[in-house]
Amino acid sequence: MPELEEAAVQTPEIDTKENEEKTGRYFVRFTRAQRTMHAVLFSTFLGLAATGLPLRFSESIWARRLASEVGGFGAILFFHKLCAIILTIAFLLHVKDIFNRGIMNREKGVFWGPTSMVANWKDVKDLFAHFRWFVGLGTKPKFERYAYWEKFDYWAVFWGMIVIGFSGYAMWFAPFFAHFLPGWALNAVLVIHSEEGLLAILFIFSIHFVNTHLRPGSFPMDMVIFTGVESEEEFKSKRTVEYERLASQGKLEARLGTKPASWLVNFGRVVGTIAIAIGLILLVLTLTAYFGE
Amino acid sequence: MGRAGIVKGSSIAPLAQYRCRDTGRFIFLIAGFSLLFIFLIPGSLFGQDCLTCHADKGLQDAAGHNISVDGDTFGQSIHGSLNCSDCHADIKEYPHPDKIAKVKCATCHAGEEKELSGSVHSNSADHPCTSCHGDAHAIFLKDDKRSVVYPLNVPKTCGACHGNDGMAQKHGLPTVFPSYIDSIHGSALTKEGLLVAANCKSCHGSHHILSRKDAQSPTFKANIPQMCGNCHAGITAHYFEGVHGKAVAQGKMDAPVCSDCHTAHAIEQPTAAGFRMQSTPICGSCHKDKFSTYRDTFHSQLGALGGYVETARCWDCHQAHDVRPTADPHSPVNQANLVTTCGKCHAGANVSFVQYQPHANARVRKLNPALYFVRLFMNLLLIGVLTFFVIHTALWLFRSRYDQAAKKAAEGEPNA
Repeated sequence: MPELEEAAVQTPEIDTKENEEKTGRYFVRFTRAQRTMHAVLFSTFLGLAATGLPLRFSESIWARRLASEVGGFGAILFFHKLCAIILTIAFLLHVKDIFNRGIMNREKGVFWGPTSMVANWKDVKDLFAHFRWFVGLGTKPKFERYAYWEKFDYWAVFWGMIVIGFSGYAMWFAPFFAHFLPGWALNAVLVIHSEEGLLAILFIFSIHFVNTHLRPGSFPMDMVIFTGVESEEEFKSKRTVEYERLASQGKLEARLGTKPASWLVNFGRVVGTIAIAIGLILLVLTLTAYFGE
Repeated sequence: MGRAGIVKGSSIAPLAQYRCRDTGRFIFLIAGFSLLFIFLIPGSLFGQDCLTCHADKGLQDAAGHNISVDGDTFGQSIHGSLNCSDCHADIKEYPHPDKIAKVKCATCHAGEEKELSGSVHSNSADHPCTSCHGDAHAIFLKDDKRSVVYPLNVPKTCGACHGNDGMAQKHGLPTVFPSYIDSIHGSALTKEGLLVAANCKSCHGSHHILSRKDAQSPTFKANIPQMCGNCHAGITAHYFEGVHGKAVAQGKMDAPVCSDCHTAHAIEQPTAAGFRMQSTPICGSCHKDKFSTYRDTFHSQLGALGGYVETARCWDCHQAHDVRPTADPHSPVNQANLVTTCGKCHAGANVSFVQYQPHANARVRKLNPALYFVRLFMNLLLIGVLTFFVIHTALWLFRSRYDQAAKKAAEGEPNA
């Protein structure tokens, strides 16, 4: 309990109205499976980035040093492929989960509606309203369960995994893929793999980090992805439309969660800090190598 | 035989004469007989006469140079059968003048002298015979282990000058000894004592060493393939079947010879990681466009990282010595041979697989239109997404920070 209060002090909620009293209630945002998925995703992504970048910028000094530290390219390739397999399995499990929920169980809100990841007209309006607010031309838009930039993150990763994954496997099993791909495609897959990988790395380690974790209001990181729950104040301010919709439907209580255990908060903080630190180091290395080319 | 015996015994004989005269009649007789024998050959001085003084290990001349002679070693040396005065010809009698003339090796070795005078070492003040052959009184045949020009000792002998930075700078020459001694030739020589391993002499010759700029020199560029071929006959034959060898044979000296790829002194085992790592830039120094496109490929990315030396380098596909044009049916990169060539590394390589272009240029639309557009699309996607979101997120960051500061200021917090 005290840890949580401390945490609240350390990460002041700028969006929370000052006169609003803290209710002490916590609401579930992410299930355990979703949090696990994110953990697998970022661990393997860091692994893939750390082993892929030395290849992409193999002429740079740090690439050779990193490669020789871990045992040369043989080791790098091994870790890269290992992470790729784990991430592929995670991706397929996610697709299976969506398929089961959306198609087999006909669960509502998976493919359309306020809780869906699919973009809708409100997202377009939110984007423009957000920009107007940035430059002081309007009020801050109120967001649903998933804001437009969160949906973009999701689809960027979804598309990225298909593109990077396919091109990666095409290189790994080139003689097999050569049976049904034209010759030039074997050249193209490296270009695709490396450019899309570079985009993913630059996007995640700069845009996603800032949008989700490092911006004021969430700094130094948004703990909801580790604990699964957020305080009522945070819920209300960050996802006002969802909060109000649930309240009006009388479904708010169904989402009530428990305060996260202090070990979980600390654990999340340590893991998150390490992940963000690795990401930022890789970002700096990428940028220096990219502009040094 | 007799003379050698005398000289050999010479360190004992004077002692016997002067100190041990009354120790035995036998010794006295031998000593007396020896003296008699010497006086029977007028005009020449024998070793043991000179050694009476020069056997003293501390004997010095007026300038302070040690002028002692080890009679034992001299006796075993190639010149052991000669008399001192055969070389020191100006000494006719004892006592001899303080200053004696320099020995002229050319008196006997006129051929070597002639060769040397036309060589880079012609300046006899800087390069007396002894600078390579060592102690004048301890010269052995070149196949004698004790000789400083014995194959295993040659690099050290030459290295006395050519491993010396000061000397190298003075003559504008590279300090080659350290490069050589760690090379494959040097290692074979020093580690395994391989007599046939190339030493300095094998390539440069001995007395008639010429500058590599001299067309007569075995190290002149045009002569290098033949020179290396003295040992590497098979490889030289292959080389002359390839484009580089043919060009050199036609006098096109832009083409590389052995030393352009392997270097002259720091030659490494070509299969060793070190050489594989540095080899592609060597080919790339001439084939710039091919090197640039190679560097875009996975082969190069893998190769540049090190520790994984198996990845295809130029000659893994093109061959090292008999590099042939693609159109040549014997070329491993001829269309008909590609499945075999690629299959050396890529198990299961098939006709479609070998459509892969190891030198594709994605930057030129005409050459590889499909690849060009793929690259263009990926670059536009990358630039587009990042530009949009960098602007978006930077504005967001500023706006949030502005609100945060304003709010803190309203709350009266310092350092908002």
